[in-house]
Amino acid sequence: MSMDRTSATNRLRPWQQPVLRKLGLLLLIGAIWEFYGRALDNDLLFPTLLQTLHSLYEAVVSGVLPQRAGNSLGVLLQGYVLGTAGALLLAALAATTRIGADLLDMLTAVFNPLPAIALLPLALMWFGLGNSSLVFVLVHSVMWPMALNTHSGFRSVSPTLRMVGHNVGLRGVRYTAAILIPAAFPSILAGLKIGWAFAWRTLIAAELVFGVSSGSGGLGWFIYERKNQLDIGAVFAGLLTVILIGLVVEGILFRWVENRTVRRWGMQSH
Amino acid sequence: MERRFHSRTAQLTRQLKNMVNKLLEVNGVTLRYAGEHGIVTATENVSFSVGEGERLVLLGPSGCGKSSLLKAIGGYLEPAEGEIRLRGRAVREPGPDRMMVFQEFDQLLPWKTVRGNVIFPLLASGRATGELAQRKAEQAISKVRLTAFADAYPHMLSGGMKQRVAIARGMAMEPDILLMDEPFAALDAMTRTAMQDELLQLWQDTKFTVIFVTHSIQEAIRVGSRILLLSPHPGRIKTEVDSDGHDHLQANGLRLSEDIHASLFASPAMAEET
Repeated sequence: MSMDRTSATNRLRPWQQPVLRKLGLLLLIGAIWEFYGRALDNDLLFPTLLQTLHSLYEAVVSGVLPQRAGNSLGVLLQGYVLGTAGALLLAALAATTRIGADLLDMLTAVFNPLPAIALLPLALMWFGLGNSSLVFVLVHSVMWPMALNTHSGFRSVSPTLRMVGHNVGLRGVRYTAAILIPAAFPSILAGLKIGWAFAWRTLIAAELVFGVSSGSGGLGWFIYERKNQLDIGAVFAGLLTVILIGLVVEGILFRWVENRTVRRWGMQSH
Repeated sequence: MERRFHSRTAQLTRQLKNMVNKLLEVNGVTLRYAGEHGIVTATENVSFSVGEGERLVLLGPSGCGKSSLLKAIGGYLEPAEGEIRLRGRAVREPGPDRMMVFQEFDQLLPWKTVRGNVIFPLLASGRATGELAQRKAEQAISKVRLTAFADAYPHMLSGGMKQRVAIARGMAMEPDILLMDEPFAALDAMTRTAMQDELLQLWQDTKFTVIFVTHSIQEAIRVGSRILLLSPHPGRIKTEVDSDGHDHLQANGLRLSEDIHASLFASPAMAEET
């Protein structure tokens, strides 16, 4: 883009600031969306940006969207916590015993290539239409990448640190909690991020397949429902919400954790 | 019959005396470990003892098994033959009565501050809790002159400062014996000399017992009160010399360092390292 030379000053120019640059791009894409939508003039296929924002506003104000998002996040949290706990347990077992290491190797090799969502039909058969099926699928989406990361983190803990831990008399669980987990935290945090990304995508996909028995359901079900009602503006609003929640968790929550831990400790490798 | 009884009593008394006087006993220790090309013998039939308040230096070229020996005393390596006794009890596993100071800077826990690092062994071993642990940690930190950095994280410190934290961490525990594995080897020459002086100053204050591993003759003379010379492949004790910290002229017209040098070089294995 050729910019006006006379506007050049000693200060940082607007296009040299990444945030402003990206904001500009966002506005541009928004404008294209709006104009294309108006030109198409077909609410059913492609609502304009303003219509979408209006639907989003209404769905938020009526309390439907926050409630659905809350449902989704609640289920997600259950699966995430269970999956993480399982992963830590497996990785700790693998770090302390050889048979545990073999077990982890084998299980991750088997389950890692399998998209967790593919287990949903089985889960529905075993646990019925309900949150437990979702949680089952979520545990699978979180546990294997998380266990893999944690295990490689444990393995890369320096021999010196291990010797320091044994020197002060730490063994077993206390050793794992006081030395291995904090020393491997950069890898564990990476695992938590990947686990979150997998879980969030898996959950929305799973919710698209069936509504939850309580009759309210989550975000995915909201999107599916509104599509059936031909309320396409709300479908777009639901999609936007999925994106926004993802951005908040990845860009704010995890960034915050990172700043308070690995960055403060100088353990960031990149 | 009576004579035999007497000799038996004398033997027992001698053993008892040894146990009382000698803090650490290393008896005929042979260390082996699995290397890339089969079994490696690190040390063979090594015996020595360390008294309370001694500064013993294990000096030798690489491959003489000095680090392995220290790790065995630390309880990380089980002797293939012989035994190691601390206060009469056999060493079987690592423990807080033998605090290690390593060469590597990453021996500090990066997720804890200087204070956190020094207090950690006290709490983890249950040696002190609460106020007492805090006070012991503060004392040790001030002894190595790092009070101003008590709340800093290790990655903010220089190499010398990190080693001082590690020494403070060891001393705060008031262990039976402090085991130092080339603690200053990764430091620049000037910092290294300063750290040697500081270690001696600390020793003047508390007279702790320390085993110090190094491959520098100068460092051995400065730091040690007694120096064990080890020869490589496999590690054996060659001889033992006393040091008062200065590189004096000996009766044979050689300086102590030259004497040690000559003694180490008498072994054919050393010649290849010239």
